[in-house]
Amino acid sequence: MKKEIQLTIDGNTIQVPEGTTILKAAESIGIKIPTICYHDYCTANALCRICVVEIEGSRTLIPSCVAKVSSDMQVKTKSERVIKSRKTILEMLVSSIDLSESPEILNMIDEYEANPSRFPDAERREHAVIDDNPMFIRDYEKCILCWRCVQVCAEDAQYTFAINFSGRGYETQINTFYEKPLPETSCVFCGQCIGVCPTGALKPKREWLLQDGYQPEEIMLLTRTQRKKKTKSSARPSSGGSHE
Amino acid sequence: MVKFDLKPLSDSLLDFIPEGRSALLPALHAAQQLYGYIPEEAAHLIADSLKVPLADIYGVIDFYTLFFREPVGETVIHVCNDPACALAGSDTIMKVVNQKYMFNDSVENFRPQITIERAPCLGLCESAPAMLVQGKPAIGKNITNWEELITGGGSPPQPIVSGDIEFLTANCKNEHVTNLEVYVQGGGYSSLQYALSIPPAEIINQVKSSGLVGRGGAAFPTGVKWEGAARETDETKYVVCNGDEAEPGTFKDRILLEKDPHRILEGMIISAYAIGAKKGYFYIRGEYLIAYERIIQAIDDAKSANYLGKNILGTEFSFEIEVRRGAGAYICGEETALFESIEGKRGFPRVKPPFPTVSGLFGKPTVINNVETLANIPLILSIGVEAYRSIGTEKSPGPKLFCVSGDVQRPGLYEVPFGVSLHHLILDLAGGMKEGSTFHAALIGGAAGAFAGEDHLNVMLSFEDLRSHGLPLGSGVITVFDESRDMIDICHRLAHFFADESCGKCYPCQIGTKRQYEILSRINQNRIDPEDQQRLIDLAETMTDTSLCGLGQTAGSAIVSAMKLWPHLFKPQTVV
Ligand SMILES: Cc1cc2nc3c(=O)[nH]c(=O)nc-3n(C[C@H](O)[C@H](O)[C@H](O)COP(=O)(O)O)c2cc1C
Ligand code: SF4
Ligand code: SF4
Ligand code: FES
Repeated sequence: MKKEIQLTIDGNTIQVPEGTTILKAAESIGIKIPTICYHDYCTANALCRICVVEIEGSRTLIPSCVAKVSSDMQVKTKSERVIKSRKTILEMLVSSIDLSESPEILNMIDEYEANPSRFPDAERREHAVIDDNPMFIRDYEKCILCWRCVQVCAEDAQYTFAINFSGRGYETQINTFYEKPLPETSCVFCGQCIGVCPTGALKPKREWLLQDGYQPEEIMLLTRTQRKKKTKSSARPSSGGSHE
Repeated sequence: MVKFDLKPLSDSLLDFIPEGRSALLPALHAAQQLYGYIPEEAAHLIADSLKVPLADIYGVIDFYTLFFREPVGETVIHVCNDPACALAGSDTIMKVVNQKYMFNDSVENFRPQITIERAPCLGLCESAPAMLVQGKPAIGKNITNWEELITGGGSPPQPIVSGDIEFLTANCKNEHVTNLEVYVQGGGYSSLQYALSIPPAEIINQVKSSGLVGRGGAAFPTGVKWEGAARETDETKYVVCNGDEAEPGTFKDRILLEKDPHRILEGMIISAYAIGAKKGYFYIRGEYLIAYERIIQAIDDAKSANYLGKNILGTEFSFEIEVRRGAGAYICGEETALFESIEGKRGFPRVKPPFPTVSGLFGKPTVINNVETLANIPLILSIGVEAYRSIGTEKSPGPKLFCVSGDVQRPGLYEVPFGVSLHHLILDLAGGMKEGSTFHAALIGGAAGAFAGEDHLNVMLSFEDLRSHGLPLGSGVITVFDESRDMIDICHRLAHFFADESCGKCYPCQIGTKRQYEILSRINQNRIDPEDQQRLIDLAETMTDTSLCGLGQTAGSAIVSAMKLWPHLFKPQTVV
């Protein structure tokens, strides 16, 4: 039996087993702390900082997804400081990335009344869609750098190590060895990364083609090479179906 | 495609194979040494030899700015662009270098062979404007002879080392490195001898009582840190010396390493004995090639004299040190990012806790100390706690090194007891302001610090007095500006520095430093939006409150302090 720890969250005094994260402790009494990068089955790296909470006596705010409870901790999950930080982080995110397929983040933006045009002249992270294999596309304009794909491809699941990072800071991007097309890497097309990607940055080819206005029959008609070479709004077969 | 002769690389990799991934940075340095950059084929070979996934290798190469993944010129020139060098005209140097490179006929032959890089602070601020030519320092002022510059001629700058006292810097005033013989003649390694004759706990007690706190910026009590690691029962423990000095305006550790390497080694060996470590790592900033070579030499010499190695000075205690060269990443000065770097990874800081004394390098209990911190250790043991505490103030005991640069007569390294005034340091020791200029401001603590105005000249340089004035001591940087200086330009450069050096791990810093830089660029071009002040404040507050590590937490602090001192500079100018 693990030791029980007593702490107070938003005025509620509770007991949880030692080693519990603040996030899970709050969840146990129905207090939902927002998360973006956190995923139950991936290593938590505390990247997004949207889950921060205020802890009495602490100089900075604390990421609840990784911070463990301790005795007599006084936690505030919705203090003014917390709300303001979350709002500013959301404003930063939306100024950088195409969040059109991240409904959860869009909801948070509404909830925290974050201003999508808070940062005028902000350079957005713009990348061309990478369409280099028949299985899925990589659209890094939508990537929020949650690291999940890198981690499931590595020690969190697959031990394939096909992807990692390039650049650093704002220029960071998920990338392959010398930016090679996926088929030239160790990628085994297991699809784990697509499964954990929260933003539509990684997407099965079929879904992507459907979104682009293709009919399922049309996709079947495309040859493998055509499917591979296709880029958005180009190489679209005419309605007559004469594929040259 | 060029074919490479990979034989020399595979030969040199033989030595690295037993170390596995931890030898990745040394292996990449070796490859770049051979080919001028890191060709894909070389990266592939290294990956196979050290058993590192290919994608990871690329991630590492692309993280560190000193590694090139594409061919570069035979001669690589780095021109510093940070505040101290900017004041001394680095923009002009950059232009001159580029012009010579582009247009000078006699240089036409060199043309394809030169690569010019805009660099962050090179730690040569006392000799500003600074450049590195093939990794070796050169003074921009002496750029008249172009061929000599390119062929690496000219001698490295001789720094001014002075002050009120010389407990730490006595050996740094020589033109040459203080070698083992000279160091021992001056009493060197006698503290080690003494330390080995008393129990480790007694050493820790003395270090604790001395009141020594870390000189790397965080000011954590050194003895308490050692005690924490000593308490751990793990068989394997490490000590690490942090010689990654990259805070803009700092050059103290470089001078200590270049001039008096044995003092730092002695401190490190004592720390290893105190906590029970058998192995240490010495991490030296990639740009500090001379310091790197001198430390390697010093380690060899110390080994032959049995101050290092097996059964040191006939005792049971054995200890060895491995040296690691960084590769261009300010963030690797952060202790956990530095561990990642030694482990052959991208320099991403880790989430804390766990703290290094519990789980540090390779997951083992680790003590990491700054170069200057370690330089204090032999001193404490040789003069004793009481004498040590008589230097400085009650709450900030000991000697302190300050790096003074910018618009003063004598930029240099100054050793003083804690508690002297800023006025004394700038106007007495550093010779006052340059001819015909008056003091306007000083940046205290480097890019991560804060600006002090004229009202602050009487502040005492001690932790307690600075703190009460809202100023950080940081690592002891003081960059001085006269009244003619464009403070917005300086803030713009600081913002550029952080945007360039953010590792990109956590969102507030990854995006916030970029947005902060964009706003400062706008202000610098006099296109100020009325909302910009509030945007800067919100960005700084959010970065400070939520960033994962100290880089993001301090990325807005100097700019916020400038907004407090000179609010009008950040408001739209009313056109007259
Ligand atoms: C962004 C960043 C950069 C740092 N750079 C350095 C550095 O170059 N040298 C250093 O000694 N400490 C640096 N530190 C502080 C280290 O994390 C650590 O506190 C220090 O090495 C501990 O040694 P000390 O206790 O002797 O100061 C840096 C911290 C941060 C957050
Ligand atoms: S591609 Fe998707 S899973 Fe991978 S880091 Fe980006 S958002 Fe996360
Ligand atoms: S604060 Fe900046 S440097 Fe530190 S982990 Fe976050 S992104 Fe990296
Ligand atoms: S959910 Fe905790 S930092 Fe992202």
